[in-house]
Amino acid sequence: MELSTVWFCLIAVLWIGYFVLEGFDFGVGILLHLLARGEAERRVLINTIGPVWDGNEVWLLVAGGATFAAFPAWYATLFSGFYLPLLVILLSLIVRGVAFEYRAKRDNPRWRSWWDFAILTGSLVPGVLWGMVFANIVAGVAIDASGDYVGSVADLVNPYALLGGLTTLLLFVTHGAFFLGLKTVGDIRLRARRLAMPVGVAAAVSAVAFLLWTQVKAGGAASLVVFVAAAAALVAGLAGGFVKREGVAFAGTFAAIGLAVTGLFVALFPDVMPSSLAATYSLTTANASASSYSLTVMTWVAVLFTPLVLLYEGWSYWVFRKRIGVQHIPRRKGAEDQRSVAGSGEVGQARHGVT
Amino acid sequence: MDVLDIARWQFAIITVYHFLFVPITIGVSAVVAGYETAWVRTANPAYLRLTKFFGRLFLINFAIGVVTGIVQEFQFGMNWSDYSRFVGDVFGAPLAIEGLLAFFLESTFIGLWIFGWEKLPKSLHAGCMWVVHVGTLLSAYFILSANSWMQHPVGYTIDATTGHARLTDFWAVMTNKMQLVTFPHTVTAAYMTGGAFVCGVAAFLLVRRSTPPQDRAVYRSAVRVGAWVMVVGGLGVAVSGDVQGKIMTDIQPMKMAAAEALYNTEQPASFSILTIGTLDGSKETFALKVPDLLSFLATGTFDGKVQGINQLRARYEARYGNRPGAPTSSAGDYVPLIPLTYWSFRLMIGLGVAAAAAGMLLLWLTRKGRTLDGSRFGVGRWRWVAVAIPLLPVFANSFGWIFTEVGRQPWVVFGLLTTQNAVSPGVSTGEALTSLIALTTVYAVLMVVELGLIVKYVRAGADPPPEPADHDDSADEDRPLAFAY
Repeated sequence: MELSTVWFCLIAVLWIGYFVLEGFDFGVGILLHLLARGEAERRVLINTIGPVWDGNEVWLLVAGGATFAAFPAWYATLFSGFYLPLLVILLSLIVRGVAFEYRAKRDNPRWRSWWDFAILTGSLVPGVLWGMVFANIVAGVAIDASGDYVGSVADLVNPYALLGGLTTLLLFVTHGAFFLGLKTVGDIRLRARRLAMPVGVAAAVSAVAFLLWTQVKAGGAASLVVFVAAAAALVAGLAGGFVKREGVAFAGTFAAIGLAVTGLFVALFPDVMPSSLAATYSLTTANASASSYSLTVMTWVAVLFTPLVLLYEGWSYWVFRKRIGVQHIPRRKGAEDQRSVAGSGEVGQARHGVT
Repeated sequence: MDVLDIARWQFAIITVYHFLFVPITIGVSAVVAGYETAWVRTANPAYLRLTKFFGRLFLINFAIGVVTGIVQEFQFGMNWSDYSRFVGDVFGAPLAIEGLLAFFLESTFIGLWIFGWEKLPKSLHAGCMWVVHVGTLLSAYFILSANSWMQHPVGYTIDATTGHARLTDFWAVMTNKMQLVTFPHTVTAAYMTGGAFVCGVAAFLLVRRSTPPQDRAVYRSAVRVGAWVMVVGGLGVAVSGDVQGKIMTDIQPMKMAAAEALYNTEQPASFSILTIGTLDGSKETFALKVPDLLSFLATGTFDGKVQGINQLRARYEARYGNRPGAPTSSAGDYVPLIPLTYWSFRLMIGLGVAAAAAGMLLLWLTRKGRTLDGSRFGVGRWRWVAVAIPLLPVFANSFGWIFTEVGRQPWVVFGLLTTQNAVSPGVSTGEALTSLIALTTVYAVLMVVELGLIVKYVRAGADPPPEPADHDDSADEDRPLAFAY
């Protein structure tokens, strides 16, 4: 296999990692207002992803960096071409990241509600836009002979892309709800389970329609197999959710998102960014790639260090494997929290230690 | 304004902004890790209080550093797509490796540190902050090696078919002589900044009247730790900066001439502390100069020859030609913006020296148990000094970057690619302007929010000493998270 193909696969893996991981923390962010009742419950939701969301986001940064290094022309066209959508994604990720760190730093309802809004929009907007961006990449956009995007922003808003955005949004919400079912106790857990099923069914309908459309537009035999597997994983996940097997449910959406993204990359290959103007203008793994020396260096670095990264990131998930509930949230001066604490049926009254 | 101007303003604003937070992150992570290690080894509760206090301030600062770093990673592709195409083969590798080696490390272990207080053994928990610190150093190494390549391209060839730079020797890029001196210069400056942050915050609390008397000894020790880090870091900055100046004179003589606004070659050359006159060098109304010093800074001998701007311009024109629009040549003038290089160079050095002096002064004033009582100087004045101390190295860092980046102009990659040929051809003025306005607005709001939080948590001071916990093992599972979001 050529090194440029290897790097196409590695970049696909980074994007897959990004979507399966950040997918659930986007989902949790979107569900913040819907699932949590009261301040303590909101903090439970945020703390389920607290230790991991930043590491999840690094998959995106490394995907970007690896694209820059392995396919400079792809990086240049992608980021200058999808300029405004990416700007909006970046702004969303900025306010969202700060919101996690800052919202509990002042005991003031208005302060917190602003950051809650930042978490909601900062999760919702990229959740939709990433789907739209990837749909447009697979469908092909107006790239000219010198590799520059010559279309407008409006061209990126088309029915196929909108369906892509809806699909990622619903998948992430389902993924997030299953994650919360796995990581929380009490009422939140029950509510997350209940909410996951209808959203999950909607996600399945949207995903099947989107993947079918993708298959018709750009697919081949290989992508068909992967898409069918993705659909099967999603159905298995929903079935797991239906019989209250939370681990199976989460594994199902995890695999479904991973396989769907895999399928998109399979459908894309050997192009990296097809041009809708002329096939000869398309960026491919061959014409967009870095030199073989550069790729060799990068391959060595990746081979040596990726296992280490996976090991300690996995360890971090292991350390924080326990479910959390309102009893883990430091008590505030106000009595507001007491109500939601009393509502947590499964674990009984919360204890309040030294904060 | 065209896309080029907007993109340059955006790069300047968001990079300088990002780098306000980065050195504090590098420096304070080391101090926090040091305090926690001291606590683990001595079980002195004062160290735990300082760990948590500065840890909390560290996290407030770190959050902005992290999120503004995301833009850094992507704006090369967004605003500088032709740059990305030209340099990607060389420049992309350090960026990708920075992500793989450093960003994963920092983000994962900061999560472990924040949420692992009750879950990890003490020494392992302290180790997490050390790992974060190592992550920041790795990050600095790789991104500075990318920047050093822009200052002094090595280990590459220009591809005959594409006209783009192609990596031929990765090791040469990693051990670029510019990099080997830029890394220590930047990192010691970061320690200095982190030390100044700790020192200033602790000094504020030390002189404050409402601080409980028994806490003064704790803050006094932090003032001294911060001041020591500042002074030692400052020494490193001075030594590495001196070496860097000589390398710069060698590889980018125009930058050295621009730093001094030296229009004509001198031998020996005097160092201008302050010159007032027209900045094209035609008229000088007042000048304060140290004879021979520039020769020493630039060449290492007191009678060395330092090239002037006018001579260098002629030399650059002969070497790089004057072919507007050609991908690897300049459109004309090889002289950077002299007022900016001249003043940023002075401010970098002046503020850095002032910071190191402030550190030494505080060490003297707090010697042998003295606590800055402020009987003669006054508490009110001391508070302003405490606020000013961290700002000195913070702005010295900013001016250092402004100097070295502006001084390289018109090149983005020295001798290979001009800035005007690096900008994205497909991006419209409207798009670029939207990006500039949106990012600047969000950044400005975040600055206000961040400073508000820093002030709040500094004023709050360190938590009172922990009471001995009534240990009930069965309840450990349900204990609240110490540092929860």
